Amino acid sequence: MDMQSFRKTYFEECQERLQEIETLLLSLESGDYQDEHLHAIFRAVHSIKGGAGAFGCDHIVSFSHILETVFDRVRDHRLGLDPELMDVLVDAADILSAIVAAAEQNQTLPETFDAKARGDLSRYMNEGAEAAPVAPSETSCPEETKGKACTYTIVFKPHSRLYEKANEPLLLLRELGGLGTMTLSVNVDDLPDLSAMEASGSYLSWTILLNTTHPKDAITEVFEFVLDDCDLTITETDSTVAGEMKPTPPSDASPAIDTGEAKVSSIRVDLDKIDRLVNMVGELVITHAMLSQQAEKLARDGYPHLARGIEELSTHTRELQDHVMAIRAQPVKMAFARIPRLVRDVSKDVNKHIKLVMTGEETEVDKTVIENLADPLTHLIRNAIDHGIEDAQTRKAAGKPPEGTITLSAGHRSGRILIEIRDDGAGLNTKKIAEKAKERGLIENPELMSADELHQLIFHPGFSTAEQISNISGRGVGMDVVKRNIQSIGGKVYVKSEAGVGARFVLSLPLTLAVMDGMIVRVGTQKLILPISNILESLRPRRQDISTITEGGEVLDLRDHYIPLLRLNRLFNIPARYDEPWQGLVLIVESEQTTFALFVDELVGKQQVVIKSLEENYDPVEGISSATILGDGSVALILDPASLYELHNRQGDPSLAYAA
Amino acid sequence: MSQLAKHANEDAIAEDPQFVTFYVDGKHYGLNIQDVREIKAWTHVTPLPNTPSSMRGVLNLRGAIVPIYDLRAVFGQGLTQPTAEHVNLIVSIQGRIVGFLVDAVSDILSFAPDQIQPPPRNRGKEVERMNSVMGLGESNGVMTMLLDIHTLIGNQLPVNDDDFLAKPEKKQ
Repeated sequence: MDMQSFRKTYFEECQERLQEIETLLLSLESGDYQDEHLHAIFRAVHSIKGGAGAFGCDHIVSFSHILETVFDRVRDHRLGLDPELMDVLVDAADILSAIVAAAEQNQTLPETFDAKARGDLSRYMNEGAEAAPVAPSETSCPEETKGKACTYTIVFKPHSRLYEKANEPLLLLRELGGLGTMTLSVNVDDLPDLSAMEASGSYLSWTILLNTTHPKDAITEVFEFVLDDCDLTITETDSTVAGEMKPTPPSDASPAIDTGEAKVSSIRVDLDKIDRLVNMVGELVITHAMLSQQAEKLARDGYPHLARGIEELSTHTRELQDHVMAIRAQPVKMAFARIPRLVRDVSKDVNKHIKLVMTGEETEVDKTVIENLADPLTHLIRNAIDHGIEDAQTRKAAGKPPEGTITLSAGHRSGRILIEIRDDGAGLNTKKIAEKAKERGLIENPELMSADELHQLIFHPGFSTAEQISNISGRGVGMDVVKRNIQSIGGKVYVKSEAGVGARFVLSLPLTLAVMDGMIVRVGTQKLILPISNILESLRPRRQDISTITEGGEVLDLRDHYIPLLRLNRLFNIPARYDEPWQGLVLIVESEQTTFALFVDELVGKQQVVIKSLEENYDPVEGISSATILGDGSVALILDPASLYELHNRQGDPSLAYAA
Repeated sequence: MSQLAKHANEDAIAEDPQFVTFYVDGKHYGLNIQDVREIKAWTHVTPLPNTPSSMRGVLNLRGAIVPIYDLRAVFGQGLTQPTAEHVNLIVSIQGRIVGFLVDAVSDILSFAPDQIQPPPRNRGKEVERMNSVMGLGESNGVMTMLLDIHTLIGNQLPVNDDDFLAKPEKKQ
């Protein structure tokens, strides 16, 4: 690893730490006060500062130093955590994020950038302070301290525990060096013969002469995290210059930490590498399908080993694929993490009290899905706060608690992940939607439409009922963007709303964008694939189970439930082998909105299929979500139940449209 | 393909643009060689439902799903009855990879600017379809209609789809 990749890792870690700081701050704010939270925040800020020192990011160092100092005072209970301080801290965390981001891009921020935050923070730094601030930095502490340089002799002897915890003395020493002029000598007296040396042992110690303007505390702080795992003595000596010590380059003496028993439970891997892995697994799945198809043509008795080999290959391929997918799977928490902050800020802007309840954050879903979730979620939450939840008086008048509640939940259902955003506000204004839609010529007779149908109109481009354009929502770009974003990752959005009770938005998303279990069905000569997760059952109906509804298509009597019957051959205009469902087969298919029966010629079999995009080289085709490659190399289309049903509805009565 | 590439390289000294020429319905057409990625014998394609009849379907080109247009149908001359001798020209335009079903590939020809004449623009109803012909190349007394690939796909196909025969049933 070179310096550049260390740097990259550092900034990645910074992102996690910053996220952690924000999450913890918000939970502190929401009343969940725990000393442990404060300690965790302090550690996070400190880590950011420590790393920044190593990479020469002075701006990060100086700002995080102030922030750290304030947190230190809070955790020592020298400062009370009142709402005002809370705001200052949340803002300061933002500033720190910005500084880190700028440092990552090697940009220099104007000095005034963090002036306000520094001012706010330093007020708290000095408030009620019994003495000088704990550790003054260049900005917060003026010139005068610089004169009082002191020389400290520091003896630092790490225990082997220190290395086991993956600490690096080199970094500590560098940070120490940043405090002033340092003269370093390494003590190798304890170094045993090579034969007696243990790779994980600790044999080196250092004597450091440090000439610094910083107080002793600042030195102790450098060793804060390793105090328990080393012998450390710091003594103040006269301001004599230590010239007689020969500096030894510390890097040569740095013990072999890599060979130690440092416990590393996770590593960072480039996303590209994982994507390549996923693609390769996809190809493997196809190759396997090809092999097993070929093998079926051979007599099983003649080649028993081949048959067994292919079966084993099947098991291994499946396992490999599961594991690879698990690498990409991330808890949906990643997408939810920003929401509490969003709710806090937006509800402050519109002056509403809102409680956010989140459940199912641990639900895992493919990383690409998570990445595409952030924007739609932000939109929906903003909308819920701005339009959905009423102000406190209206709520009181309606007999509701003054505080609004937004529930954000995630869970698995029939092979998809469902994310629900529910508020207990006023619900969608059906009347206003109908008026607006008519005004814009989207519909003609709102009276003929159900409330549900009217509600779906909000996903129409440019549709907004907000009378005043606030800076939060109401510009009419929003719901259609949400819908498009979600669709681009193979998902769907639904809205259910009840006047006075609240609105509920449901995002239904695929778990992965790479591979799925499919059922191959045949219509005529064509093979098509239906996601297994959508199939409830398959059956051959009796003739009397099928009835035609006047102006309503056909229905199937499924154990006394009438469900719509779709004929795939007619929907797609494919010549089929059988004309009637009682000759062929009917699949009971569940899509997000409805359950319907789908008539096909026959089932061919279950197979894992690799999802290939159709839109990459062509346009979307209704009823089709994507394509895949079968064992013989030919392309099969993957059906999309929800869009099939829409196609069916639009074709009206298909039996009239095409003569069978 | 290697033959094609070799051929192309030999002629690369000449700076005149090169065209892959081919036959559709007895007529001679050319596509800029820069746009053509490869030439493949006709194979079975998977039809896409409810698409214009000139869209024959999709095939698997080394893992990518590639749509194939029937060029005869694009020109409004009905559907090709493809055999093993028919050829798909795989081209790449605007980041997409698509194929054109043609009768046969004939040659690679260079046309100097003075060998290319503008196409006539006065044929009433036909004008719309003539748009994709950007020039008429002359070589040894044979006329080649040089196609502009962008309008070919951009125009999105025949004026009235009902003129054509129903899609023939596939033989498998």
